[in-house]
Amino acid sequence: MRLRLVRDNTSIDFFSRARIWLGISLVAMVLALTSFLIQGLNFGIDFQGGTSIRTQSEVPVDIAAYRVALEALELGDISIAEIFDPSFDANQNVAMVRIQAQEGDERIATETIEAVQAALRAIDPNMSFPSVESVGPKVSGELIQTAVIAVALAVFAILLYIWLRFEWQFAVGAVLALSHDVILTIGIFSELQIKFDLAIIAALLTIVGYSINDTVIVFDRVRENLRKYKKKDLKDVLNISINETLSRTLMTSVTTLLALIALFVLGGDVIRGFVFAMIWGVVIGTYSSIFVASTVLLVLGVKRDWSKKDPSAGTKYGHIDT
Amino acid sequence: MLNISFPKLLLIWIAVVVGLTFAMPNAFYGRVETRNDAMAIIETGQTNARLAADAAQWPGFLPSSLVNLGLDLRGGAQLLVEVQVEDVQASFLEGFWPTIRDALAAERDAVGFVTREDSQPTELRVRISQADGATRAFEIARGLATPVASFTGAVATNIEVRIDGPVLTITLSEAEIAAMNERTIMQTLEIIRRRIDEVGTREPTIQRQGAQRILVQVPGVGSANEIIELLGTTAQLTFNPVEGTTSNPDASAGTGNVLVPSQEAPGLFYILERRPVVTGEDLENAQLDFDQNGRPAVAFRFNTSAARQFGDYTLENIGSPFAIVLDNEVISAPTIQAHIPGGSGIITGNFSVEEATNLAVLLRAGALPAELTFLEERTIGPELGADSIAAGQVASVVAGAAILVYMILSYGLFGLFANIALVINVGLVFGLLSIVGATLTLPGIAGIVLTIGMAVDANVIVFERIREELKTAKGPARAIELGYEKALSSIIDANITTFITAVILFTMGSGPVSGFAVTLGFGIITSLFTAIFVTRSLIVIWFARTRPKTIEI
Repeated sequence: MRLRLVRDNTSIDFFSRARIWLGISLVAMVLALTSFLIQGLNFGIDFQGGTSIRTQSEVPVDIAAYRVALEALELGDISIAEIFDPSFDANQNVAMVRIQAQEGDERIATETIEAVQAALRAIDPNMSFPSVESVGPKVSGELIQTAVIAVALAVFAILLYIWLRFEWQFAVGAVLALSHDVILTIGIFSELQIKFDLAIIAALLTIVGYSINDTVIVFDRVRENLRKYKKKDLKDVLNISINETLSRTLMTSVTTLLALIALFVLGGDVIRGFVFAMIWGVVIGTYSSIFVASTVLLVLGVKRDWSKKDPSAGTKYGHIDT
Repeated sequence: MLNISFPKLLLIWIAVVVGLTFAMPNAFYGRVETRNDAMAIIETGQTNARLAADAAQWPGFLPSSLVNLGLDLRGGAQLLVEVQVEDVQASFLEGFWPTIRDALAAERDAVGFVTREDSQPTELRVRISQADGATRAFEIARGLATPVASFTGAVATNIEVRIDGPVLTITLSEAEIAAMNERTIMQTLEIIRRRIDEVGTREPTIQRQGAQRILVQVPGVGSANEIIELLGTTAQLTFNPVEGTTSNPDASAGTGNVLVPSQEAPGLFYILERRPVVTGEDLENAQLDFDQNGRPAVAFRFNTSAARQFGDYTLENIGSPFAIVLDNEVISAPTIQAHIPGGSGIITGNFSVEEATNLAVLLRAGALPAELTFLEERTIGPELGADSIAAGQVASVVAGAAILVYMILSYGLFGLFANIALVINVGLVFGLLSIVGATLTLPGIAGIVLTIGMAVDANVIVFERIREELKTAKGPARAIELGYEKALSSIIDANITTFITAVILFTMGSGPVSGFAVTLGFGIITSLFTAIFVTRSLIVIWFARTRPKTIEI
């Protein structure tokens, strides 16, 4: 007996409640954008400049004491957070201290870092600093710019590729679906105020890749079925295609999630935010490739007479000239 | 018919074996690393029993390249520095002033007296007293220009001269600025490399980034501060004639002179001639020494031509003081007691032994042509890196095991085939990373774990397709064949789109992000290969042996 996530021959009607799904997605996107506009993202030093110091001590972390010690240095906005991880030893107490970029400093100030370390050592002389990272405002500004360009470029490249391989309606559907995913991911990061740094951009782009991967598999089947069932409604063809690929879509999501959850739980606190973004993205991406991308396709409609031109298409790059 | 021709089959498995062979050294990381280090020393000509034993730890006929561990895994420090190339342009113009002064002075009849006007550091302004000699002065200045090789092949000169009444304005041409910046960066790279090598840490990465930045990564350093101290000093040493002293920091030094603070006596300022007699560039050697009172000092020796210059100067100026200036601070200002012909001497100051040693290192390695600004610094402790590796390993093993079990539960024997391909896939990713000498970072490990999750995708697509084809009852062989055939387009489309994002991440990203992109990209390539060829050949071999009437998938 095999483990099956989906029964054979499902015939779920994914569009009977299309309006509800689209409505939920729209509301979620509005909420995400609102949260982003009101709260903003909790940018890490990569994007904001500043210094982040990881402290490790055998004495339990006393955030208030840390704060008092550091406020004496008058460094402006300071954030201190204790970090917990199942892999830590019993007497391993870790905290992250973040200091904003100092005004008028084009470069990072070594003296500031040393002063902070000295102030903290006054609390616990044996405190160690496993990581110290400092990014000047000049670089962080450029990093934001590069990150935005990277995401935009990826979306554009995918739009172009799908358009070449399929029809423009598919490209629009795919890009709307992945924009949906990106917006919701940014939304959850702003809502939960999880640190948003360079690695999260990498996660965002991976989500873009994953989401599009899922969508393409469904679209590929749609294209095939459009040729196979020439008389059927577009809606029926879409339904058949989604049902046929449902097993694969869920299967791959589960294997990917298995890997990511293992990493989330066991991979240490340094990459937890990164892995969280990807887990969220995989879940959202799976949802959007089933509900968002296909619904957009249904709304836009597809030209149906293209199958006559090239009967061998589907196994080769027959449609690059479309 | 379900078949793969024998040569093709052979090729597939040869590729697998080669890939895995290249991955193998990584399974014996410590041992191979020791061997590689030993080999590197032996290649420099040294050898002893211990090195030979270390070198024998790993057989020479096997590949020995390893995946580099990024700083976040190994621990160490990273700095991003920007070279202030404008400094060099300014000092070139500074050095040009005496040249043009002398050239114009030679034609005093035509141009009259020559004086320098204060100006921006990006230009040199020269006033002549006879305005009607402007054209002649312009010609003379133009005549001093030298050609610059430019990339476009167009003939360009190093300076541009404008004339505005009796004032000549000299600026650097764009071609010269480009060439000069290039030289400055290359020189800075070289000097940074020498300074870091002098300290003797292993495998530093010193890399140019963009037009005027340099990325320095030094594994095993406890704090980025240590590198900052090493690189933060320009170590520009000059010997300047002293015009006088003052305690007023705002005193006007007069044209051609500069006001430089004293290191020994705070509040004391020396008025120096801007143009040095000799500079640190002419040093042949510098080392720790002690003065007659036993205090630490730095002994130096000039090269022949500078030694002559220095000798001539001391001969002509016996009894007057001269200043030893290091990075815009007067270290000491002794009075010239006698002619110093040999071009050697010592620098005394308030040094500790350590400071003197460090100064000697910096003087030997050469002065940086321009000042450096530090834009970004990251220090990762080695324990944190080791923790990250350990956590990554545990997570990978658990993720892998969960997927292996899940695949067998879902697809039975075919799941097992996919699992074999998955294990090979991870091996091949490491093989590729080792071959290109890529760097594995913490996000890179995440990329590998993600690859483990996604690598089965192509197999899943095929298996699901075979299931569907089986329903239309064409017999197992035909179903498998059709499954592969029809799934191929989906697989390729899906992977190309993911690959596009990996490429963009790689080109746009830096450090950890591009490390992630590399493993993700390689993961896509190898998972395509294993799904399309390896799993398939396993199925084909199995099918040819057992010839089942029905298959369950």
